[in-house]
Amino acid sequence: MIWFSALVLIPLAAVVVTAIDGGWDVFWATITNGQTAAAIRLTVFTAAGVTAVNVVMGPLIAWVLVRDRFWGKSVLEVLIDIPFALPTIVAGLVLLSLYGTGSPIGIDIANQRPAVFLAFLFVTLPFVVRMVQPVLEELDRDVEEAAASLGASRFTTFRRIILPSLTPAITAGAALSFARGVSEYGSLVLLSGNLPFKTEVTSVRILSSIENDNVAAAAAVATVLLAISLAVIVVLDLIQRRVAARG
Amino acid sequence: MADTLIAPVADEAPPVEERRRSPRVRKTPVTYLLRFIVTAYLFFLVAWPVSLVVTNTFDNGWESIRSLLEDPDMVVALQLSAYVAVWSVLINTVFGVGMSLLLVRYEFPGKRALNALLDLPLSVSPIVVGLALVLVYGGRNGWFGPTLAGWGIDVIFSTPGIIMATTFVALPLMIRELVPVLEEIGIEQEQAAESLGANGLQRFWRITLPSIKWGITYGVVLTLARSLGEFGAVKVVSGNVLGQTRTATLAVEEKYLNFDQQGAYATAFLLAMVSVACIVIVGIIRPKNHN
Repeated sequence: MIWFSALVLIPLAAVVVTAIDGGWDVFWATITNGQTAAAIRLTVFTAAGVTAVNVVMGPLIAWVLVRDRFWGKSVLEVLIDIPFALPTIVAGLVLLSLYGTGSPIGIDIANQRPAVFLAFLFVTLPFVVRMVQPVLEELDRDVEEAAASLGASRFTTFRRIILPSLTPAITAGAALSFARGVSEYGSLVLLSGNLPFKTEVTSVRILSSIENDNVAAAAAVATVLLAISLAVIVVLDLIQRRVAARG
Repeated sequence: MADTLIAPVADEAPPVEERRRSPRVRKTPVTYLLRFIVTAYLFFLVAWPVSLVVTNTFDNGWESIRSLLEDPDMVVALQLSAYVAVWSVLINTVFGVGMSLLLVRYEFPGKRALNALLDLPLSVSPIVVGLALVLVYGGRNGWFGPTLAGWGIDVIFSTPGIIMATTFVALPLMIRELVPVLEEIGIEQEQAAESLGANGLQRFWRITLPSIKWGITYGVVLTLARSLGEFGAVKVVSGNVLGQTRTATLAVEEKYLNFDQQGAYATAFLLAMVSVACIVIVGIIRPKNHN
């Protein structure tokens, strides 16, 4: 407990304390500052967009991995985990090699907004897939077959039988991937160029405040991110309880 | 599991009537379409970019890797990364086992809050982690920093700070692995051992530890991968002093920004190798764990 407090709780508390040290007005002025607000907006909107993509692609990938069988499937399994295990800075470099200057397919989005989207998409790939996959494996196929034998179309079966049981897993995965997207830093350093108002995300904004020795501003923005992380954790906790209560 | 159990049976040429009525087992155009979409998506997002890093590294054969390993600064950076990762794995293993036991075996007020807060390091930005540590342990005006500096311990801009930052971000991985395992094994065996006169240490060493060893192994591998790759938090706390507090991930960025692309790709390749190795190891361990 003491160890946990010293390492995690006290430092995070220090961020919040430093942020509100200057009073509410200063805090508000900092985070509504043009450049900072632009960074926060970009981060949150991009993370939301990426989460939307993941909500569609994640269950799709999980579905193929669980229900389909074909040659090379185990390779796909490994591919899913790579973004999680790869150091974020390497992830940035990896994406840059295909979608940056000198790209072999002629797409150069380095230092542009799509780069931020792409980087988020890469690092958040495993979350929804890995949350949905075990649930899909446990799912009882008899129910689906029963639905089909009662005349339900494939679409109806999917919407009425499969989707409801996957929803908690998809939501949990979405929450995680949103949190991860909002807090992403490493993969963007090389990829996005960090241009103010254009491709600068919140984490980068905090870092430049630290480097300019403006700790109070850094702490204020960091508090916003902390609040988002906490909200996500609360959402996750609620989902877990609901699932546990259902049995 | 369900897939392997059911599919072979269904493949044994069911009557035409039945096959039409249970299309889910049969391969329809939609199956192939989904398969194609998923494969293409993963290929463009993950497989192709990763393979490009490998080919870029070996553009000149082994030359770039060799020059990398001959650069004394680089060797120090790799050593530092390994050193930090080992420490962070050790700390997280010891405390991870302790915390998991605490969470599973004991009831106390605030347990649910603690449980939820444990996930915080996974979802909080690494930059915020770095900032938080600087605010508390910073040598000049942190909360505890000046006191520690008075005792001759510098945390920020030196190795202990890097270890702390790395431990912070990798903290939940071990606990999240162990808690389900501990919940599953229950305490009957330990109670039996206790009734036979085993003391606490004996019970832990001979009953609990062997049954969670796969969980620990899995946790260690994940923690190791995360620790070696940590970048953002380390960047804030390390100060990036060449040959002293520059880790391998920081070196990748620096080399790339200095237009030493070969060096950057080679370093990235080494780091990627380790993380891919970690995934493969986990993949091998996992099935054993289930049985």
